[in-house]
Amino acid sequence: MRELKIFAVVAFFTGVLYWGVEPFAHTQLHPHKPAPDYTFSDTDDVRNGKIGDVASGKSLIVDQFQCQSCHTLTVDGAQIGASMDMGVVTPDLTSAGLIYDERYLAAFIANPAKAAQVEHKFVDGAAHPMTSFDLAYDGTFGDDDAQAVADIVAFLKSIAPSSLTNKEVFADACQRCHGIKYGDFYGGTMAAKGDVSTYMGTTPPDLSQYIRSRSKGFLHEFINEPGKHLHGTAMPRVGLTESAENQVVSYMEEVGDSSKPQREALAPNFLGYLVIFALFAWLWKAKIWREVH
Amino acid sequence: MALINESFFSAEGLEKRLAGKKFWKTMMTEYWIPKDINFLWALGVVLAVTFSILIISGIFLMMYYKPDTALAFDSVNYTIMQEVAFGWLFRHMHGVAASVIFLVIYIHMFTGIYYGSYKKGREMIWISGMLLFVTFSAGGFSGYMLPWGQMSYWAAAVITNLFAGGSLEAWGLVEWIRGGFAVNDATLTRFFMLHVFLLPLVIIMVIVFHFYTLRIPHVNNQISDDIDYDAEAEKYLAGNKKESKVIPFWPVFLSKDFAVVSVFLIFYFYLVFFNYNFAMDPVNFDPANDMVTPAHIYPEWYFLWSYETLRGPFFDMLGMKAGDIGLIIFGLAQVIFLVFPFLDKDPDVLPAHKRPMFFIWFWIMIVDLLVLSVYGKLPPTGANAWVGFYATAVFLLLWIVLPIVTKMDAKKRGAL
Repeated sequence: MRELKIFAVVAFFTGVLYWGVEPFAHTQLHPHKPAPDYTFSDTDDVRNGKIGDVASGKSLIVDQFQCQSCHTLTVDGAQIGASMDMGVVTPDLTSAGLIYDERYLAAFIANPAKAAQVEHKFVDGAAHPMTSFDLAYDGTFGDDDAQAVADIVAFLKSIAPSSLTNKEVFADACQRCHGIKYGDFYGGTMAAKGDVSTYMGTTPPDLSQYIRSRSKGFLHEFINEPGKHLHGTAMPRVGLTESAENQVVSYMEEVGDSSKPQREALAPNFLGYLVIFALFAWLWKAKIWREVH
Repeated sequence: MALINESFFSAEGLEKRLAGKKFWKTMMTEYWIPKDINFLWALGVVLAVTFSILIISGIFLMMYYKPDTALAFDSVNYTIMQEVAFGWLFRHMHGVAASVIFLVIYIHMFTGIYYGSYKKGREMIWISGMLLFVTFSAGGFSGYMLPWGQMSYWAAAVITNLFAGGSLEAWGLVEWIRGGFAVNDATLTRFFMLHVFLLPLVIIMVIVFHFYTLRIPHVNNQISDDIDYDAEAEKYLAGNKKESKVIPFWPVFLSKDFAVVSVFLIFYFYLVFFNYNFAMDPVNFDPANDMVTPAHIYPEWYFLWSYETLRGPFFDMLGMKAGDIGLIIFGLAQVIFLVFPFLDKDPDVLPAHKRPMFFIWFWIMIVDLLVLSVYGKLPPTGANAWVGFYATAVFLLLWIVLPIVTKMDAKKRGAL
């Protein structure tokens, strides 16, 4: 009984110490941020209720604006266009309709810097490499623009694959700026696709160990809205859907914490063995001490 | 020398040469331990087991680790953690054991303080134990640098920079320690040497010495009873095991130790598998970058209390710079526990609950160290800075009043 009391005292102070230097300290070091918003409700609803038309969207992209002069995309089963290095490599548009939220996508087409929350980077005459959408070059975003954007989004959704692997989502959404070298350590295929250090002002970090250096909650909050945790960051908000973001984080975990499945499988066996060991250790102790007490 | 004629290749011959039975008797079956003990007396063996885990896991880690600033981070986080079979297990075991061993050291240390197991013949046990604390601290610090993450680099930069304080700077001490003007490849390699060679060697030697210092004065007991070991051992050997106040190290004492160790291992491996971030700081999974300072730099939890005494005096006073005062208190905090036996002026060996004033002193010290630890991690701004300041002041005050408090207890009891 006395030993239990002593143990309770030791456990209490150990618990207080742990609470103080871990959970409590973390609330002080990393103030709470609101949960990710996957509806991107802060963006303008630029389509304004217009229903998109796929055929019209196709003609706008391929014929009128010729997006393929800077982007690649797959139309009728064949890839057209060429990607271009504008300081940052332009994205392939094939998967855009799957991995980006459609409201965000529409807002991005209408005004890229605003939707991506990087307007602070484009001041004093600097302009986002992709210009804001303006169908009639009339300087205003009117009903005609809203319909056209709705058509383009509808078309992009129509050409998007029904699903992608985690790695493919990462490649499309992140790898144009970020490497994740542990994904292919010796082959080097998971390095960043381009050198964006001039465009971004700094080399974006390799993400190999971000699953260990940041919590999952932080990663989701950050990817959903980088400025929330890092005010004034050069990283754009990319507008991933919740499921695409989950795939990105899953890929980071597969690469950066590849031993997790083995760790979780081994734990019950290991601890189970130790419990049995403890049982025998206490029985043996009781037997030995019965002679002296 | 008495010549031995029995064959080398016989059990009897070997016994003649090595006297194994006598050695076993002296070290194990007739090494006497008091019977009136609790589980806290098993922590020495818990520490020995944890240290063995560190040595074994460390050997496996060393097979793949590369002490080079260009290779270290990936050798740990890619090669060991992702590629090597069970490399992650050895790394988690090593990292968590390094942290948990300090928890056990602290409990072991304050057990000694509580029961007065540092005086009247036991001074050398205490001093050798504190030397172990210092060498383990050096081991923990040098090991933390090896993964070459952000916290490795910046903790190394901050702590080595302490040696640039005051006139120490003029001696070029910090450059000598780092092997350069900044923490660099030479620093990493020399800390690797310290961590895997010199410090373990010294630690093992001091552990042996620590065990040896116990032999003559014997281990203390729960009521600080002054036992006549020869008489009690005789009783035990005569078969009066229940009446005897002592037990042999083997199998009686160790059977209890193994039972405690078995529970400790469940706790330890739970941490290894499920709750390791406290010992392997997430920030250290960012590679070292001398151009990017982390938002918060803090040491591992077991250094936080002394780190906070460094930050405690945050403004200039008494004609001295805040940094110099902090450095002096920090230096004092590292060594003050060593002289504990000489600051305790009570001539009796008694547990703290039999020494009313000292009992209060003891718990204030525990609470103060907890406060220092928690605030050592928080940003030292606003009210936090003042909490740190007052907690540091209390820490100093406690040492000043220790001789007075212990003397008052003794006087009241009539021992002085």
